[in-house]
Amino acid sequence: MATDKNEHEKSHLIGYGTYVLSWLALLSLAILTVAVAGLDLGNFTLFTALLIAAIKSALVIMIFMHIKYDEPIFKVFLAIALLVLVIVFVLMGFDVFYR
Amino acid sequence: MSTASELQNTEHLTGGHAHIHRDDVGAKLGMWLFLFTEVLLFGGMFLLYMAYRLEYTFEFQISAKELDMALGTVNTLILLTSSLTMALSIAAIQRNKKTLSLIFIIATISLALAFLVNKYFEWSAKFHHGIYPGATELAEKSNGEIIFFGLYYAMTGLHGLHVLIGIVVLLFMLVFVARNKITADNYMKLENSGLYWHLVDLIWIFLFPLFYLLH
Repeated sequence: MATDKNEHEKSHLIGYGTYVLSWLALLSLAILTVAVAGLDLGNFTLFTALLIAAIKSALVIMIFMHIKYDEPIFKVFLAIALLVLVIVFVLMGFDVFYR
Repeated sequence: MSTASELQNTEHLTGGHAHIHRDDVGAKLGMWLFLFTEVLLFGGMFLLYMAYRLEYTFEFQISAKELDMALGTVNTLILLTSSLTMALSIAAIQRNKKTLSLIFIIATISLALAFLVNKYFEWSAKFHHGIYPGATELAEKSNGEIIFFGLYYAMTGLHGLHVLIGIVVLLFMLVFVARNKITADNYMKLENSGLYWHLVDLIWIFLFPLFYLLH
């Protein structure tokens, strides 16, 4: 069983190149978010910053944290955790806005 | 039921080579559950940040201008690079390249230390300008500014503590790899340490624009 699993994992090892490419993308996005912060986008400033942060997070979670290559149960767990986080933030947002 | 399975286990143990039961997926799932509690911990602070930012939008903007954007950017690049070296150290051990894996772990620890050194200089400069919790100069500022710097110290402070814990964990991993306790067939400890390290990076990905890039 253990050897089976190791064979299974070895069959889709993630290459060094994939990591380096993700890293380059992350660096570019970091520089982009700093460049965009210099512009005056009004109400979109926060939205743009959070959008870029979300894209960076997706890259880190999918590639560096291997979620893309993991069993479905990990994706389910992550989805539930993120959903809880979103619900809490949305409810809190409503509370603060319509106080 | 239990006796039957115990019997099976004994049979299995005596049957062939020494087999130690290991559940890699379970170990990783446990690590993810722990990471979710970390997300909740920081999530609560981000909630506070959101609520106060909506209330003190203007004060938050003036306060953020006092933060060192260049140092924050450098630290962002450092942490992103440390995430790369962390991932590469796992890729190396999977390919049975022990020395390469050790080099990447050392690189990750070095980058983490560089991050903390920058943090030290950043905070020292703030302290020098009388901006720290409990400072009389800070107490004279408006409510919104006091809350901004309170959140700044609490959130980047807790994050810094996580970086410090990460360094300690990675030092253990360094010893484990060196002593062949972590190998190409058994690297879940390193994998889980990597997950922790990437979470620390993830939190910084949000802290950076919310504190340093607010203009």
